[in-house]
Amino acid sequence: MRILGLYNYWVFVFLMMVGFYILISRRNLVKKILGLNIFQTSVFIFYISMGKIIGGTAPILVEGEGEVVYSNPLPSVLILTAIVVGVSTTAVALSLVVRIKEAYGTIEGDEITAMDNEMPPP
Amino acid sequence: MMQHLPALLVVVPLMAAPVAAILRWRRAAWALALTVSWAVLAMAILLLRRVLNEGVISYFLGGWVAPIGIEYRIDVVSAWVLLVVASIGAVVMPYARASVEREVEPQRVPLLYSALLLCLTGLLGITVTGDVFNLFVFLEISSISAYALIATGPDRRALHAAYKYLIMGSIGATFIVIGIGMMYVMTGTLNMADLAQRLPEVSSRTVSVAFAFLTVGISLKLALFPLHLWLPDAYTFAPSTVTAFLASTATKVAVYMLVRFFFTIFGPTFSLEVMTFQWVLLPLALIAILWASMTAIYQMNVKRLLAYSSVAQIGYMALGISLASVPGLTAGLLHLFNHAIMKAALFMSMGAVMYQVGSVRIEAMRGLGRKMPWTMAAFVLGGLSLIGVPATVGFISKWYLVLAAVEAGLWVVAVLVLVGSLLAVVYIWRVVEAAYFQEYVGEFEVREAPLSLLVPIWALVAANLYFGLNATLTAGIATRAAELLLGVGS
Repeated sequence: MRILGLYNYWVFVFLMMVGFYILISRRNLVKKILGLNIFQTSVFIFYISMGKIIGGTAPILVEGEGEVVYSNPLPSVLILTAIVVGVSTTAVALSLVVRIKEAYGTIEGDEITAMDNEMPPP
Repeated sequence: MMQHLPALLVVVPLMAAPVAAILRWRRAAWALALTVSWAVLAMAILLLRRVLNEGVISYFLGGWVAPIGIEYRIDVVSAWVLLVVASIGAVVMPYARASVEREVEPQRVPLLYSALLLCLTGLLGITVTGDVFNLFVFLEISSISAYALIATGPDRRALHAAYKYLIMGSIGATFIVIGIGMMYVMTGTLNMADLAQRLPEVSSRTVSVAFAFLTVGISLKLALFPLHLWLPDAYTFAPSTVTAFLASTATKVAVYMLVRFFFTIFGPTFSLEVMTFQWVLLPLALIAILWASMTAIYQMNVKRLLAYSSVAQIGYMALGISLASVPGLTAGLLHLFNHAIMKAALFMSMGAVMYQVGSVRIEAMRGLGRKMPWTMAAFVLGGLSLIGVPATVGFISKWYLVLAAVEAGLWVVAVLVLVGSLLAVVYIWRVVEAAYFQEYVGEFEVREAPLSLLVPIWALVAANLYFGLNATLTAGIATRAAELLLGVGS
């Protein structure tokens, strides 16, 4: 049961592998970015899972409530930063893809590599 | 004012970056970047002096006491890397104006300075911070701005190179976050000093997995063989200024991260004995030295040649670290500084050739020894330093490295280091041969590069010679840093 009880960690590993596989196997530049996003998002699930305490509630202090178990808020805060980082990476990646499309007329990695090889060496 | 230096060091370039982007006037953006980079250098020197005299500086950001708040912690190691990054920034900025105007479209110039300042912020931030998650954020600030910087290159292949670097770099950064997360699960802290205390108590498989993730992530950023594939294209197609800056700072800061995680956080016992990491790092470093040097010999583009040579030089630094002795680490940390100044001088002299001739292919170098005597002389002196000829800084780091290898009883390693130097003779000679022993065949009259390019190049060459003849200062600091990391001596 312990294995099943940790199902969110299994989701993390599964998503990480899916994202990483897409990142390595796809040649289309936009699909690669999608893979990167799935890969990064899996890490968010990992962080959020580790902060959760069974039976824990939102970490808000209320007067006269006595003994209350709170979930750890720090991983969620960290992930807020990681989300911002992920969004900016995606933004830069997509704008690079836009400029690659303008310069090469395609976003297929294989075709771009072939065109690179045809050009006179720098 | 003085006690806020660690924060100011990061805040000043961070605040200047958006201002540089708003200034539509190229000269104003450049002047701002120049001022900031010199101010940063002044602060880095003040911090190094304070650390050497008074010991570790601990700064609590916003007054929140560590380990709850974010701590900026500067010891000899970080002060040393800070000085490397800040001095390269301060030398590259005056060089940037002419070179960037020649190679980058005018409307992108202020944005380039903005990205350069952001990259500087990130690199300085990684070095000063004492909090691992903060380190990740600074790493991404420096990396994302580096992707943008590389994409400003004049050739369209710069875009593809930047994209490939972005994908590889983001994989590396994500691996680092996973590693940090696993350390946090086991210890409940993100503060480096706190982690170093608590990790030995909880050593379990999770810590080993965290170690593995962090190693792969940092090695990607470091361009350690075989994870260096992004580096040659990125360095070849980026504008000369950007290549000179990134080649001598970004990988150096990655070396710093490696050292910080292995020695300060996990501790030498865990990293090297429990995980037997030195037997992974040592062969990889040797392959990097030999394979990358041999690949460099066959390059027709000098920037690409120097990029492969950088992969080999990273091998030397990794080799020093993998020996895990005081002389070994000293060699690694010394080479970090020495390689920064010699590679910056080499890439900047190629930038000057690019400025005057418009190409950095070997055939374009023909006869330049007479046409551009100062530029090519700087290249030759930088090249001699790369080879490790006595009276240059390259000799000092090779000397320490060979000593450390012999002390560890690894004679084969010492011999291979010297073989690497011989290979460097071959690839540097190819450029020298074209420049000095062939006639100029181009149609245009080629003149010497302007002073604004030559002065920064020769400042670096002078540093190469000065610290090669008088290494007491640099070797002294590097030894203190190595002793601190290994926890021996004072």
